Amino acid sequence: MKGEIYRVAGPVVTIRGIKPKMYDVVQVGHEGLMGEVIRIEGDKATVQVYEDTAGIKPGEPVVNTGMSLSVELGPGLLESIYDGIQRPLMVLQEKMGDFIQRGVTANGLSREKVWEFRPTAKKGDSVKGGDVIGLVQETENIEHKIMVPPTISGTISEIKAGKFKVDEIICVLENGTQLSMMQKWPVRKPRPVGKKLMPNKPLITGQRILDGLFPVAKGGTAAIPGPFGSGKTVTQQQLAKWSDTDIVVYIGCGERGNEMADVLNEFPELQDPKTGRPLMERTVLIANTSNMPVAAREASVYTGITIAEYYRDMGYDVSLMADSTSRWAEAMREISSRLEEMPGEEGYPAYLSARLSEFYERAGYVRTLEGQEGSITVIGAVSPPGGDFSEPVTQNTLRIVKVFWALDAKLAQRRHFPSINWLTSYSLYTQGLSGWFGENVAPDWVTLRDNAMDLLQQEAELQEIVQLVGSDALPEDQQLVLEICRMLREYFLQQNAFHPVDTYCPFDKQYKLLKAISKYGEMATAALEAGVPMKDILSLESKDELAKVKFEENFQDALDAVLTKMDKEFAQLGGK
Amino acid sequence: MTKEYKTITEISGPLVFLEKTEPVGYNELVTINLPDGTTKRGQVLDTSADMVAVQVFEGTGGLNEESGVVFTGETIKLPVSKDMLGRILSGSGEPLDGGPRIIPEDRVDVNGASMNPYSRMPPEEFIQTGISTIDGTNTLVRGQKLPIFSGSGLPHNEIALQIARQAKVPGSTEDFAVVFAAMGITSEEAQYFMEDFEKTGALERAVVFLNLADDPAVERLITPRMALTAAEYLAYEHDMHVLVILTDITNYCEALRQMGAAREEVPGRRGYPGYMYTDLASLYERAGVIKGRKGSVTQFSILTMPGDDITHPIPDLSGYITEGQIVVSRELHRKGIYPPINVLPSLSRLMNSGIGAGKTRDDHKAVSDQMYAAYAEGRDLRGLVAIVGKEALSERDQKILEFADLFEDRFVRQGRDEDRTIEDTLNVSWSILAELPEALLTRVDNKYIQKYHPAHKSK
Ligand SMILES: Nc1ncnc2c1ncn2[C@@H]1O[C@H](COP(=O)(O)OP(=O)(O)O)[C@@H](O)[C@H]1O
Ligand SMILES: [Mg+2]
Repeated sequence: MKGEIYRVAGPVVTIRGIKPKMYDVVQVGHEGLMGEVIRIEGDKATVQVYEDTAGIKPGEPVVNTGMSLSVELGPGLLESIYDGIQRPLMVLQEKMGDFIQRGVTANGLSREKVWEFRPTAKKGDSVKGGDVIGLVQETENIEHKIMVPPTISGTISEIKAGKFKVDEIICVLENGTQLSMMQKWPVRKPRPVGKKLMPNKPLITGQRILDGLFPVAKGGTAAIPGPFGSGKTVTQQQLAKWSDTDIVVYIGCGERGNEMADVLNEFPELQDPKTGRPLMERTVLIANTSNMPVAAREASVYTGITIAEYYRDMGYDVSLMADSTSRWAEAMREISSRLEEMPGEEGYPAYLSARLSEFYERAGYVRTLEGQEGSITVIGAVSPPGGDFSEPVTQNTLRIVKVFWALDAKLAQRRHFPSINWLTSYSLYTQGLSGWFGENVAPDWVTLRDNAMDLLQQEAELQEIVQLVGSDALPEDQQLVLEICRMLREYFLQQNAFHPVDTYCPFDKQYKLLKAISKYGEMATAALEAGVPMKDILSLESKDELAKVKFEENFQDALDAVLTKMDKEFAQLGGK
Repeated sequence: MTKEYKTITEISGPLVFLEKTEPVGYNELVTINLPDGTTKRGQVLDTSADMVAVQVFEGTGGLNEESGVVFTGETIKLPVSKDMLGRILSGSGEPLDGGPRIIPEDRVDVNGASMNPYSRMPPEEFIQTGISTIDGTNTLVRGQKLPIFSGSGLPHNEIALQIARQAKVPGSTEDFAVVFAAMGITSEEAQYFMEDFEKTGALERAVVFLNLADDPAVERLITPRMALTAAEYLAYEHDMHVLVILTDITNYCEALRQMGAAREEVPGRRGYPGYMYTDLASLYERAGVIKGRKGSVTQFSILTMPGDDITHPIPDLSGYITEGQIVVSRELHRKGIYPPINVLPSLSRLMNSGIGAGKTRDDHKAVSDQMYAAYAEGRDLRGLVAIVGKEALSERDQKILEFADLFEDRFVRQGRDEDRTIEDTLNVSWSILAELPEALLTRVDNKYIQKYHPAHKSK
């Protein structure tokens, strides 16, 4: 059926003459720009267009594809970089050069590339949605499981082996259904799972303040709100680099082009600490930067999470970073205001909170349809205007997520990185994961950590007094608390993402660092009680040297040397 | 498409509505012929089978229902040529210097297409501005967008000019150009820039677009787009390294707000349009370096923060898009320090890729981090001293307090024509760090202390 354009106002186009369904994808104008139906009213429908609409005129033709906005799922997703509607940016560059022109379509998955398909099911097997029927080695370490699409079941009448393109038939069911290695899935609809389970394992990130104080569970949700320059993007990238996850989906949603170029540049060079393979081999990038069309920005988050769900369905642990969910919310606001909808708080549409919770709800630790365990951990950056956390996107997000990493501009200004505020941040997983830490890190890990948190809390209270009377007026034991907290902050919490060694800190090292600081604390307290002057305790060389062990290539030796020296120095102080 | 319509039904602020036209394209350029023989230009904002809304750049003064409207069938284009260098043009691209019209080598859509992120080359080439607070602690690199956040009455223009004069990539002799776009600044301010350009001979390498305070506000919405189009053309077609100075972003945003109000849009925070982030991004993101091309576009724009408030929507949204900001401080200015740049809220996000061994010097990052930490602490202690007196401070804290003063006096302060090399800057840094007890230098690896600390170096 053919229709025509009635009205064009920015990314929102009104059409008439066809009767589409909600969320149908339509081709708009002579150039066939891609758009999605977002409102139907009488004989007219409103379409959000994923490309620039300059020069488009009323009266130009509109064609309904009858399909919802969908992504292509199959081998070849990894190592790709897509725009918000899954057009590979590399293909766009080949087709139209360094600047993105409109009206160019590109398949999400290459139709030329040939993959070796190894069947794991055989003729006569009865299969249902989510069952694995074969394998493809997608990258060196990731085995791509070819699954029966969720809505299909039957008995295999034929299954092939060998080299195929993604759209070639590799399996036929007795009911006549033909399967290829590629399936399509509408992005706004969550892919089904067997059962949601309780997250019970930490996502290990190699970032001390995250793993140590505010851990997120695999399958959990976390938000990083913070004003500009406080470290949202660096933290997200650190997570993408170092998390012990199988697959990473990184969505640059309405942010900087250079940041995506940076990831593209760096990830092929960096090694996954778990497998030693280039990080890019486990990564899918979605880049719909701030200057790319706003409707495609709105879609980018759905495109990303659908790809994440697909790998989760294979039984993988997936982490998804969305930088920034605020830009996504703003895209909703922009479209909503063009539709002249009733605005809610600060102009955001009334459905903002519903959209946010639907999105985070797609995270989780699950039993897949096939019965495997898989997970999606979702970590969303939030960019509150003026750094004010009381605004709608931050507030609505905090109502949903379980971990809150609060970035603090004050800390960033003094180059305390990651500038996550240890007093206001929280993780609701801390208790639940304690057992895991006790077993897998060290039996005294939880005690060490709780003590450190206690001290930091005390420090905040003492600082208030210091502001009034100066630190010299404090009793000596309290001065010592301040010093130990300074060590906790500088030696443990601060972590330089750009230092070749410090950027990633294995759990064992985190434990030993914290233990060493705690050891100084104990010995210093004992010395003080034994009457050693505070000044001497504070001027130990080993204490200052401890500051730098985290940067040492050979951490263990450096630490041992410092600890031996510390013993010696305390012994020399005498007292006892 | 040369048909003239006399079907205007409504004129409201900068907007004109008309009906019964042939189909008109969204964003199409429009010329309007006034009864007195003058013409104005505008752009289609909304188009349907029944009605067209046009935003008029030169304002709607003098327009009436007798005026004729012609749709040109194309979006706004800028005629570009290498001969633009040395020229002074109006905010909408017409020659102002009495020179001939530009003979175009090409005509380019001023809205620009978005650069494919895959085509971008991460910027990493160090630009030496000769100003320590930038080179040392907030390093600028080619292809970066790094605005100055300032306040009214502060010397941001001087700083911008000093940078325009001194900026160089050490050891490189490549072709460079400056594109300067004034948006709503006073003619006096514009004059200040022009004179400096002329005096230093920079004008020959510059393209100037002037939209002054008494020019129509609507025109301000296209001026920066014209400037960036010229910059991209010189960078990507003529392999030049282009430094773009847009001033003042705040005036641009005010024009945006005014237009939003005229269109009766639902306003966002403090009355600015909800799409201001996206709109500003369409300017700022037009900086960068493209793989396989020689030229680059670097943006160094000026933004005066209303009420010196960095959380105001204009600096706030800008800071979310740009790759850092250089913050000019009233407090330092009052103290008589030039350039009064407060490094604490300043940031260059691309610094890490532009510095280090082989680019600036191996100790650069550590030195910068250490100075930040000590200066931040020193400033906090100033507050404390005001309450409890200097005597209540520990010896350590007193040293840090003194460091803050040294930092402002020796590192921040410099002459208006003082062009420090990066070596100079790092040496000044070490000379003041050396005043701190060595045990406090926790951010600096021992090997750099051995190599550069004045107490060790000479040995
Ligand atoms: N963990 C870190 N280690 C070192 N530097 C950091 C770290 N986190 C942030 N930074 C610094 O802060 C700057 C801003 O961080 P970024 O993540 O881009 O902020 P945001 O995304 O919140 O605007 C970075 O360019 C970097 O210089
Ligand atoms: Mg960011």
